[in-house]
Amino acid sequence: MMIMLHSVSRNLICTISASFLPRTCAVQQEVLPELPYDYNALEPVISAEIMLLHHQKHHQAYVTGFNKALEQLTTASDPRAIVALQSAINFNGGGHINHSIFWNNLAPPKEGGGEPPEGNLASAIESQFGSLDNLIAKLSASGAGVQGSGWVWLGLIKDSKLLKVETTANQDPLAAKGLVPLLGIDVWEHAYYLQYKNVRPDYLKNIWKVVNWSDVAKRYDSA
Amino acid sequence: MAATLLMKKMRSGAETARTMLGFHLWRRGLKTAMRQQEVLPDLPYDYNALEPVISAEIMRLHHQKHHQAYVTGFNKAMEQLNSTSDPQTIVALQSAINFNGGGHVNHAIFWQNLAPPKEGGGEPPEGNLASAIESEFGSLDKLIAKMSTTGAGVQGSGWVWLGLIKDMKRLTVETTANQDPLASKGLIPLLGIDVWEHAYYLQYKNVRPDYLKNVWKVVNWRDVAKRYDSA
Repeated sequence: MMIMLHSVSRNLICTISASFLPRTCAVQQEVLPELPYDYNALEPVISAEIMLLHHQKHHQAYVTGFNKALEQLTTASDPRAIVALQSAINFNGGGHINHSIFWNNLAPPKEGGGEPPEGNLASAIESQFGSLDNLIAKLSASGAGVQGSGWVWLGLIKDSKLLKVETTANQDPLAAKGLVPLLGIDVWEHAYYLQYKNVRPDYLKNIWKVVNWSDVAKRYDSA
Repeated sequence: MAATLLMKKMRSGAETARTMLGFHLWRRGLKTAMRQQEVLPDLPYDYNALEPVISAEIMRLHHQKHHQAYVTGFNKAMEQLNSTSDPQTIVALQSAINFNGGGHVNHAIFWQNLAPPKEGGGEPPEGNLASAIESEFGSLDKLIAKMSTTGAGVQGSGWVWLGLIKDMKRLTVETTANQDPLASKGLIPLLGIDVWEHAYYLQYKNVRPDYLKNVWKVVNWRDVAKRYDSA
């Protein structure tokens, strides 16, 4: 019955079977979100070459990989196959989520990049870290210390509305650690190598010039 | 403290002097701090020797910056280990020891696993290893395809290996994350391909599969075979 209907429409199958088959039938395709600025807008902090590759190649690959894994998931009925797909879903889905946040966490100086936060977030940073500089130093040190590929985050413990500096490995989303992502800095080598080579600390020293704190504050306020 | 300073001064000194100092310190009952410092091994070829497969720029950064940093980090972590007896501190140091020590071990193997074509790089293996590859994978091409696919599939930073299950003398393709040494999976490393982005990005950008397609032109199968035979 399933095989007969397969050629009709995946969505139709999902609609019919959703009520008695315990698995997701979402077949929406994710798309690569546009960069909110030109590829060269973050220069000289992050080169246009890096932004182009990072967005059009790396992030696009996560989007493509995620869609492909989800498609395979909708046609998998064997538990082993379903479980086997989780690695690709986590990696590519996480990569898509993380980079979507990242592009909005950054902005060229003329659009607020680098300007210190205001409002509730500013107060929270002051009271919990002492100063913005203290927070930045902590984020930079944590980011420099990531072994291998990953991200350094300013996250939010939702219950207590407390801020926390945390890292994730590879493309694990911050949600996997039970935190709300406010600001993420990509410390995979592809994020900086063409420009900063092995000197990740230099990348981390400079990136604050293009961090879009008003986007971070927005996420804090709406969490 | 004086002993440490003295040790640092003598680091570049003769082996004999170091041994004598060590004996002297041992006699005085000081905790062992005369573990030899690891040093960055020389590359067996020029930085440009693996071109056009791996650029001189990559080789220079990879060796002088990345590998050197693992050596420095390992020595530093070991020095800290030797100066503490607090269990929490000892445990806390293991991450740095594993990461930097693993990085040092892995890269020391890697440089030997590669060779310029005029020194055998790319030439198929012979002898016992060749037979083993034939019987266990079907052909060298099949092994290469498997390693390339596996290497391309590593999520994040890591290595793809041809390893040996010592008991059964069986070959296996395996991956490790970050700088975990292959020994942590109970295997003997024969051939490792670094798939961290720093290993290829300046030249191949995001296209890791192209790096993996080309690296075989400079793989030193003779070195791999030597490791197989002496395992």
